[in-house]
Amino acid sequence: MELLITVIKIILVMLVMVGIVAYMVLLERRLAAGIQNRLGPNRVGWQGLLQPIADVLKLVFKEDIVPSNANRFIHHLAPIISLGVALTTIAVIPFGDRITLFGYDIKLQIADVNIGILYILALTSLGVYGLTLAGWSSNSKYPLLGAVRSSAQMISYELSMGLSVIGVVLVAGSLELDTIVEMQSGWRWNIILQPVGFITFVVAAFAEMNRLPFDLPEAEPELVAGYHTEYSALKFGLFYMSEYANMFVSSALITTLFLGGWHVPFLTSFGLPDFWVSIIQVLGFLLKVILFVAFIIIIRWTIPRFRYDQLMNLGWKFMLPVSILNILVTAAVILLMK
Amino acid sequence: MKQKPIVHRKDLHWWEWLYIPQIIAGMKITISQIFRPKFTMQYPEEKWTPPPSFRGSPVLVEENGIERCVACGLCSRVCPALAIEVQASETDFRKERYPVLFEINMLRCIYCGFCEEVCPEEAIVMSQEYELTFTAQEDGIFGKDKLLQSADKLRERLEFLRKNR
Repeated sequence: MELLITVIKIILVMLVMVGIVAYMVLLERRLAAGIQNRLGPNRVGWQGLLQPIADVLKLVFKEDIVPSNANRFIHHLAPIISLGVALTTIAVIPFGDRITLFGYDIKLQIADVNIGILYILALTSLGVYGLTLAGWSSNSKYPLLGAVRSSAQMISYELSMGLSVIGVVLVAGSLELDTIVEMQSGWRWNIILQPVGFITFVVAAFAEMNRLPFDLPEAEPELVAGYHTEYSALKFGLFYMSEYANMFVSSALITTLFLGGWHVPFLTSFGLPDFWVSIIQVLGFLLKVILFVAFIIIIRWTIPRFRYDQLMNLGWKFMLPVSILNILVTAAVILLMK
Repeated sequence: MKQKPIVHRKDLHWWEWLYIPQIIAGMKITISQIFRPKFTMQYPEEKWTPPPSFRGSPVLVEENGIERCVACGLCSRVCPALAIEVQASETDFRKERYPVLFEINMLRCIYCGFCEEVCPEEAIVMSQEYELTFTAQEDGIFGKDKLLQSADKLRERLEFLRKNR
């Protein structure tokens, strides 16, 4: 019976996530258009809601081109690694508190592993493989350069990402994500307890997602399209989706670690039955994630791109020392308060 | 060689060096743009009406049931794209000449307005239409029947031409 519940959870979460990722493309196009004083796609369905379906259908029907002398197996494998990693990371993120349905007490998290945050850090490290293999296997200059730069950037910011998380783990006392969320009840969100950790984590997350201002590896004017230049049709669709899935996962992670997860302040004071409280908490979580995704999108159209040497400079000479200092200060404060 | 002037980079205040205040100031501007009104016209539902000075597709002016054209052939001679073909013939009206065949090949027309400028009778003017579509190349050759438009509809253009010739 437990197995059936887990399978149902997996199917639901996957469907919802893929749906949200597809509609994030529409959200980005409408927000970008709004910032640029124009309207985005609003013709295809009501207000453009069928546009992602049209895009997916177009990509499915395109011709699939593989460059000659490319390593075919790895060329096919790379987008699968990218998207697979992005989708599996969602397994440990808690969506809500426990919910009681039909007499079964269900935890709203697919896998409650006791290493929690380490699982996510490990998987995002695997994500680098997707890019590097994509660029290398394409047998072409621009993808190779893009892939090399991108992997160097991702590796250097993974360090500060991991170190920022240690601050949160010290405050919560556990690696498990649901413990971290439960410690943020009421207004004790980690963003107030760990502001420096929040800033370094967000910057590192932007660099991990290859998203402006750190998007030199796939910057259109610089490198044609970076590591996914030689990809067409559905494989390009997979890369495109994996970029937005990474955005969703990073937002979900930041919400869980710093913005209080599924807690909705003052909710319990209304005295609603438990079932509805859980549903509202899940909706609250999704709202926070979508707001953060909108923030990521707006930042893309606000800040100019960093040059590659400025990027690496920032990662090694600034982010890393600041993250380490953050850990030291947090540990000192916790020790003093004991 | 002249010495280039040395420009000293302004030292950044620590608040500016952190970059985060600039990010927030930038975001204020971009987010405020989202709430401004947009000027995009939703095309098939809202169409743009051009001002009288707009040069659309050429049409023959019709007054009292007949065309004003006397088939002098000047428009045909001046057309840079060789899009107009005129064939004259006799008539009993006061003007004595009329075009028995008047064809403009809309696929060749470049909408320059020379024919309208050279016409001595104000018989051919550039209308306000800009949406010509057809599905076969033969349909692009407009005869007299498709080109005649009454002078009331073209009044604004005719007045504009009188004032600004």
